[in-house]
Amino acid sequence: MKRRSMRVLLPAACLFLAAAAVTAIASGSAGIPLLRVITTILEGQATPEFGILMDIRLPRIILGFAVGGALSIAGVILQGMFRNPLVEPYTLGISGGAALGAALCIILKLHYILPMTALPLSGFLGSCLVILPLYFLNMRRTVLRMQGILLTGVMMSFISSSLVFLIFAISKTQELHSIVFWIMGSLEEPNWTLILILTAIVVVCLFASFFFAPVLNALSLGEEEAVHLGIDTEKAKKQLFLMASLLTGISVSLTGIIGFVGLIVPHFVRMLTGYDHRRLLVVSFLVGSGFLIFCDTIARTVISPIELPVGVITGILGGSVFIYVLARRQGSARPGGSL
Amino acid sequence: MIEIRGLTCGYGERTVLHDVDLSVGKGEFFGIIGPNGSGKTTMLRAMTRLVRPAKGAVLLAGVDMKNLHIADVARKVAVVSQSMPLIEITVREFVLLGRIPYYSKLQFFEREEDTAIAEKVMEMTGIHHLGAALMSEMSAGEVQLAFIARGLAQQPQILLLDEPTSHLDITHQAAILDLVKRLNRQEGLTVVIILHDLNLASEYCDRLVLMDRGRIRKIGTPAEVLDYETIEEVYRTVVVVRANPLSRKPFVMIVSEEVKDKCAGRS
Repeated sequence: MKRRSMRVLLPAACLFLAAAAVTAIASGSAGIPLLRVITTILEGQATPEFGILMDIRLPRIILGFAVGGALSIAGVILQGMFRNPLVEPYTLGISGGAALGAALCIILKLHYILPMTALPLSGFLGSCLVILPLYFLNMRRTVLRMQGILLTGVMMSFISSSLVFLIFAISKTQELHSIVFWIMGSLEEPNWTLILILTAIVVVCLFASFFFAPVLNALSLGEEEAVHLGIDTEKAKKQLFLMASLLTGISVSLTGIIGFVGLIVPHFVRMLTGYDHRRLLVVSFLVGSGFLIFCDTIARTVISPIELPVGVITGILGGSVFIYVLARRQGSARPGGSL
Repeated sequence: MIEIRGLTCGYGERTVLHDVDLSVGKGEFFGIIGPNGSGKTTMLRAMTRLVRPAKGAVLLAGVDMKNLHIADVARKVAVVSQSMPLIEITVREFVLLGRIPYYSKLQFFEREEDTAIAEKVMEMTGIHHLGAALMSEMSAGEVQLAFIARGLAQQPQILLLDEPTSHLDITHQAAILDLVKRLNRQEGLTVVIILHDLNLASEYCDRLVLMDRGRIRKIGTPAEVLDYETIEEVYRTVVVVRANPLSRKPFVMIVSEEVKDKCAGRS
């Protein structure tokens, strides 16, 4: 695959996102044709169709936009700072912590007390439970040890998934089902306030991440080289790690574990944009958002009225497209040199 | 330009440099030599703040480096290292990374000035025609030139080089060192260079420091430092030192065990 200029990539990525959003709003079990969708929204009357579009489909699209984008830029940031293409937002155990939090919430029946916010809240607390020790265990006199974080993170991930299995073993069928569904991830979130808070945080983080683009470019040569180029790597690593954790934590706590987006989108986009994080961050955000909205559309329409967990679709679709691209690339490309 | 005062430093518990004093003047071409593990690289790393002093200080143009911001240091000192980038990056992009120390806080894109400087230094190092090629596709010599170009893009006053000629044939060894020498003589760039090859060090450097087990053994001109007794003692190898017939600089020749035995038998 050849590198493309930003003049082609940026419009293409925007178009992809727009196409995914339009497809998403126009498809579903209610069978509203696209033309009807437009007139319904323009008329803005409280018809049942308007309700379906604005209260069921639109929140999912906004949530897909925010979460897809958040996971993608978290992936870009982590792969860049760890200089490891296999790192993704979930490698560090943040998702495992969130799953544990959510599972505990379900078996302790906390969501009967706070029906709307108990699950996301305990998911977020669960991910904080992983992030904080991860961060503080690997601080050595102001130096953040990257390899240490990676290893501790993977172990945290194992521990929390073992604990989730433990909860499985002792929970009843009904609870088991809720936990499994939460873990597999879904963009169904009826609470507009939560969606808007998430979207606001994600957009702020996206802009903040641009300020780190030159830093990430320097870091991708290695920490010592980044110091040679005048980067305060210790400060930058801490800020980047916390930003990636925040993005992952809030996404996971609202939607459950939607795998592969944060791993595959940065990889795929890097083949088109090259190493430069100024391009990589923007295009990854757009492609990630579009990809997740698109996968969610498939998840809820392919065998409707039954809805599949969107994580299943991102895994199958993302994984196969990626293997295909990789195989084609290796067929034509020179050896060596890819992050 | 760079002054090291009573520097003791190392990694964690392990002390590598013991009480080192050294001063490199403006416009000097200064070489660091010594056996493996004698502290050459650590000394260079202390000059870029990668290693913090446990005792003593490193001064840059009279200012203690610990009082300088990292970006300030990067605008004055550029490092030509050996760490080949693992990412897919073109030569032009790589050289442009040398402009990062000059980015302002709210700047995402390089200014025209940055691009112009990158083009100029690629011209100076003779890799302009390779701008669009990937670093991973370049030969060892060209990679080294790209590193030097990136260093020059930082518009430094001091260029630090860590064995820029290892793995290179003599054509490229001479090409790289001649280039660095030209920059030193014409642009007034201060050069501090680690060299393994004693003869290259002798030929190109104005002054040398010979390191031995974390301490300075000798400082001076090549003729002062490279006498056979000192070399034999520090490197624990039998050598013969003669002057290069053209440059009159000392040339160090290794004596092999076979020849040594033969000579011993004859005497």
